[in-house]
Amino acid sequence: MWKFLGKRLIQMLFTLLLFQAVTYFLIDAQPGDIADLLAHDPSIPPGERDRLRAELGLDRPPVERFVKYIGNFYTGNLGVSFNEYPRQVTDIIKERLPRTLVLFFTASMVSFWAGFMSGKILAWRRGSFVEYASTIVGVTLYTVFTPWFALMMIWLFSVKLGWLPAGKFLSPEVWITAPISANAVFGRLIATGFIGLTVTLAGFIISNKVARKSRVPLRVASIILPLGGALLYWSLNGLGVWGGDMLSHLVLPVLTVTLIAYGGSMLLTRTSMLETLREDYILTARAKGLPDKVVRDRHAARNALLPVWTGLVFSIGRSISGGIITETIFSWPGLGLTLLNASLVADIPVAMGTLTVIAILTLVSHLIADIGYAFLDPRIRY
Amino acid sequence: MTMQTNGITVSTATHIPLWRIRLKLAWRSLESNWATFAESPIGLIGLGVIIFFGLFALAHPILMHTVWDSATYDPQMGYDMELAFHPADPSARHLLGTDPLGRDILSQLMYSTRYEFVLGILSAVVTVVIATTIGAVAAYYGGLVDALLMRLADLVIMVPFLPILIVLSSFTEVGMFELALLIGRLSGVGGNTIVIKSQALSVKVKPFIEAARIAGGSDFHIIFTHLIPNLLPIALLYMMFVVTSAIFSEAVLSYFGLTTIKMSWGIMINTAQTQGYLLRFDTWYLLLPASLAITLLCAAFYLVGRALDEVVNPRLRSR
Repeated sequence: MWKFLGKRLIQMLFTLLLFQAVTYFLIDAQPGDIADLLAHDPSIPPGERDRLRAELGLDRPPVERFVKYIGNFYTGNLGVSFNEYPRQVTDIIKERLPRTLVLFFTASMVSFWAGFMSGKILAWRRGSFVEYASTIVGVTLYTVFTPWFALMMIWLFSVKLGWLPAGKFLSPEVWITAPISANAVFGRLIATGFIGLTVTLAGFIISNKVARKSRVPLRVASIILPLGGALLYWSLNGLGVWGGDMLSHLVLPVLTVTLIAYGGSMLLTRTSMLETLREDYILTARAKGLPDKVVRDRHAARNALLPVWTGLVFSIGRSISGGIITETIFSWPGLGLTLLNASLVADIPVAMGTLTVIAILTLVSHLIADIGYAFLDPRIRY
Repeated sequence: MTMQTNGITVSTATHIPLWRIRLKLAWRSLESNWATFAESPIGLIGLGVIIFFGLFALAHPILMHTVWDSATYDPQMGYDMELAFHPADPSARHLLGTDPLGRDILSQLMYSTRYEFVLGILSAVVTVVIATTIGAVAAYYGGLVDALLMRLADLVIMVPFLPILIVLSSFTEVGMFELALLIGRLSGVGGNTIVIKSQALSVKVKPFIEAARIAGGSDFHIIFTHLIPNLLPIALLYMMFVVTSAIFSEAVLSYFGLTTIKMSWGIMINTAQTQGYLLRFDTWYLLLPASLAITLLCAAFYLVGRALDEVVNPRLRSR
């Protein structure tokens, strides 16, 4: 296991380096740079533009710049943003990464779980009306034009029903009187969510080991306790208003990305279940007279989970792409929106920085998926 | 497709030329495949939607030459002088209203359809040509060639598609044609290659490949006349999914304003956005037709792909 992990990490490092090289030179090969964008400003004399180029190092040959960039990158210096000039890229990424991570991980986990649960039931009821209807819903969610879908969510939940705010990270009018910065409140929100989730998860894992009788109370407790604890903490720490405001802005983007990712994982589970249901051991299990639910959940679904888990690896890229679109529509200031804006103004350091972080995010998720594969399938050992 | 390479000599006593037998066989397999395909309603629905959009695209030039005058209804340059305010609500004159620049939306929608087809099919063809060639070569030769090509594929899968396209298209001028080639090349070396290579590996060990080698066939000959024809069904299946993702990617990039395409469904939504109508939900006709068209056409190709999956992969069939 450790040997595999070490080997994978080295492989990942090489992939990342290759990726950085390819993107760096691709971006570099495109015509125009930040100095050209400023050319439209008549108050800047032509000599100044050359001076700006020299100052930003854009007059050096690309290979030299690349080597320097990589050297700086791996010592933790990602350069300075061209567009928000004196600001460090590391600083920008440190601020925006948690926002994207929350969006991406919540959506991925919820959609995977929900997709798997509904997919296995659908495959079991093949040919029924519910199955056709759900397949159509799934395909629609899978292929829907994401920006439009996000707009429809805004229309439904914030214009028609007025339940949730339409976009942005927070409502400025609420935050004028806030005692601490928004990022600090967001950090506490993440910490609360993380601790609560860990407790719930631990409770469910333990509940599988204890006697059948005490299983249900334990599960209920492991949901209620963290939830109550979180509510208590936020009502007592005096930041409840601001935390609530942020949370209400979070719901709609998360829901949108979740629904988009849900379609894919539901369809994949259905296909995988259909293949599994034709196996001989399912016939045996049925012939033994086992209840339908046991055959479905214990015999079929567990084996059908493997391809779905593999599919998760492929869908990671999809949900990151979906996240970028969603961030743009909801003006959610995460990595995706940063990447888009940086690309539009030829802000090379920020574009490279965000792209690299997105690549690292993808690589790490792939690694986690691969490790999970070994836990799910006893035949696979690293 | 020459008679000598086949190795089987058809008895000349029957006097039926070989090509007619082949045609008959091909027809018969087409018929049985069609029966499997038609069994699932989802494939037929998808095919129906594609045919509808095909007719939709064909109708545009006909309408432009008969009913619609080009000054008013031209999808890019048209302007309706008779209406005081644009965007105008749907009316008998403009069935789907006009956009903020006074152009007819139905005309734009129909005009864009043909380009979506060209884009989708072109990028799918590029993908399939690259993916099948790489997959077949990697499976046939194995060893170093295989390792290099598969690492390349891993690299492409590892990296999300859209961020790369966003960066590339914002730093350069990307039209419809360039975009199709870009998407085709990117998805041609990625996940599709791995799937096709795994299929190629199972074809490679079949006896007829061995027979062809013993008969003295060169590597080139074996790959292109024996290996690749057997990969085409699965390649066709993956083509459908590439079409879906190509149309989707184009729409998203055009919506962000990153392409230089003059008119497409994504551009229509981009126009609504740049003119400030994106969050004005009373002018639904600026967003709904184009978005629905993108969703429907993507879904249609995806559904056809799913139905083809059941033809290619017998384990999915219901009986």
